[in-house]
Amino acid sequence: MEKKRQIEIWFFIGGLLGIYGILILGTGIAHWIHPPVKQLALSHLHSDVWWGILLTAIGIVYCIKYWPFKEAPQAKSKR
Amino acid sequence: MKSLRHVWALILVLFAGIVPLGAEATVPAAAGGAASRLLTMSPIDLVIIVLYFLVVLGIGFYLKKYTSTGEDFFMAGRKMTAWIAGLSFISANLSSLETMGWSAMAYQYGMLGAHAYLIGAIPAILFLAVVMMPFYYICKTHSVPGYLKLRFGEASRSLAGISFSIMTVLVCGVNMFAMAKVMQMMLGWNFDLCIWVSSITVAVYVALGGLLSAVFNEVLQFFLIWLGTLLIPILGLIEAGGWSKMMASINAQHPGQNFTSLWANLGSAASNPMGMHWTGMVFGLGLAVSFGYWCTDFLQVQRVMAAKSLRSAQNGTIIGSVFKMLVPLIVTIPGLLGLAVLTQKAGITLVPESVAQTTGGHSYNEVLPLMMSRYLGPGLLGLGITAMIAGFMSGMAGNVSAFATVWTYDVYKPLLNKTASDAHYVSMGRWSSIIGVIIAILTAYTAKFFSNILVYLQVLVMFFIIPLFGVVILGMLWKRASPAGGFWGFLSGILSSIGMFVYVHLFPGRFDPAQLNPEHVKHIALSPLARDMAVNMYSALWSLLICMSVTVLVSLFTKPKPDAELKDLVYGLTRLPEEGHCPWYQKPVLWAGVVMVVLIAVNVLFW
Repeated sequence: MEKKRQIEIWFFIGGLLGIYGILILGTGIAHWIHPPVKQLALSHLHSDVWWGILLTAIGIVYCIKYWPFKEAPQAKSKR
Repeated sequence: MKSLRHVWALILVLFAGIVPLGAEATVPAAAGGAASRLLTMSPIDLVIIVLYFLVVLGIGFYLKKYTSTGEDFFMAGRKMTAWIAGLSFISANLSSLETMGWSAMAYQYGMLGAHAYLIGAIPAILFLAVVMMPFYYICKTHSVPGYLKLRFGEASRSLAGISFSIMTVLVCGVNMFAMAKVMQMMLGWNFDLCIWVSSITVAVYVALGGLLSAVFNEVLQFFLIWLGTLLIPILGLIEAGGWSKMMASINAQHPGQNFTSLWANLGSAASNPMGMHWTGMVFGLGLAVSFGYWCTDFLQVQRVMAAKSLRSAQNGTIIGSVFKMLVPLIVTIPGLLGLAVLTQKAGITLVPESVAQTTGGHSYNEVLPLMMSRYLGPGLLGLGITAMIAGFMSGMAGNVSAFATVWTYDVYKPLLNKTASDAHYVSMGRWSSIIGVIIAILTAYTAKFFSNILVYLQVLVMFFIIPLFGVVILGMLWKRASPAGGFWGFLSGILSSIGMFVYVHLFPGRFDPAQLNPEHVKHIALSPLARDMAVNMYSALWSLLICMSVTVLVSLFTKPKPDAELKDLVYGLTRLPEEGHCPWYQKPVLWAGVVMVVLIAVNVLFW
């Protein structure tokens, strides 16, 4: 019995990191505009904004590269 | 879909019980009364954590349909690429027990803590890749105890299978205990519910997807652990003013003690905070503990045995070694930053767990959470906590999946039910995953007897894994090693490990596992000044030597297996399979050499 093609792990990783990146980036921007009362060490560096951008970028790259709904290479070559 | 909705509802109900409601809630006393929680989560942090649980469970449900045979469930179909096998291999080891424990070690012992990722790991991982992996891979065994069966017979396999099963559930229990304790300490979460939520999640996704699900989640966890914790050393070093200023600050706070060298302070037990001579580091950690753990702990080896080819298994192992060498960035440096930043800028000095419990202060084990609380705001904190949860759960899942395999193939099948169908063994694997988690929950509380959570882990590893390495390596490299030699060598190694553990904690009229008796310690670790780590390293070395000596002696007086039965199991009687043309840049030996050169350079640089 032939098994269905599996979604690659990299796609799951990309999806989760992308969502995390957007959430963290959004929170970072909100805190940049309206700084919270309690400030953390080095909060002026806005690490959440930069880290959010990094996560979003990694997520997008992985999602695009390992998008599971593309045509399988075998199907392409058969055609 | 219906089952997914149930899971979602279950998660919400459980989190409602775990998490104190309201981001601005007042700080409650943690259970036990002494300490307050370190962090207050915001709703965005909670969303990040819940998303993680959903994805992990979703992967488990998704992969169930791909795990219908024993080969799928226990060996992930043997179709993993080198990268997936390698990241899973290293992630299974990168539990939060490990990251928190070794950060605590770095705070206590300085740079010496980094040895666990250098001489304490890399040579052994490369040895596994180049020398041992061909034997494991070619004989197509399902487990390390399975190799013992082929090489030495049923008695050795049963001893290894039973002892490994016990060890994995105990270590899994330690992970649960540590996770619940950390979450309680950091966030005021309910201790018992933490244990149940994490363990149910692990049980569900391992029971559904077996090793395939565990491997998928471990690769995911690898990314989360790195991306959730890497910001701490980056921001910490910025705050400390860079590497050299951090080291200068540490030296200024600890005059006369060398916290900043890898080797320069190992000339005698009195010259370093660990109380260890260099021989303990090289032969105890670098040989006995490291080779035992990396080459024969099935939890680790199982990941790379699931690779699609021998070359992928070898290269995956080497990829793992590269990331292992990088782990000090997220483990050792936060510990060192704790020494430099927490004490100097925040006025916090960490103390041993036993002192923290009586005085209400912060213990060494809290260094990583304290650094998180210093730098990570809403969102990032959720990611950091998720990284920690992911780390704990990868440790648990690694143990549970290895337990399910060893229990099913090395205990249940040979001893209880030899003739069942493949589907029956898969079913047994699923059920044993769940039962393993339940047993682990019951053992979780034993961790409280020990001053440092990592010491407990090392004690367990020392009891079973190090003698196992002694037997396996002799079996692979010496065809004269006999079945009787293997069995008695293994048993004597286990008994001597337990004997030494009891001896160093034995006082006149009492046994105290939380304290060392210097009068006894000096006989094991060559100095009465030796502390837990040093004692464990030397104990490991002696148990390895005892195990190997007994194996050799008994083998010389007993009948070995004939050569025909040792084909593909022993050096000299094993022919490597032809894997076709391999370009030079894919050759495992080349990359193993490169990693070894980098290892030497790092040791010289931080001498």
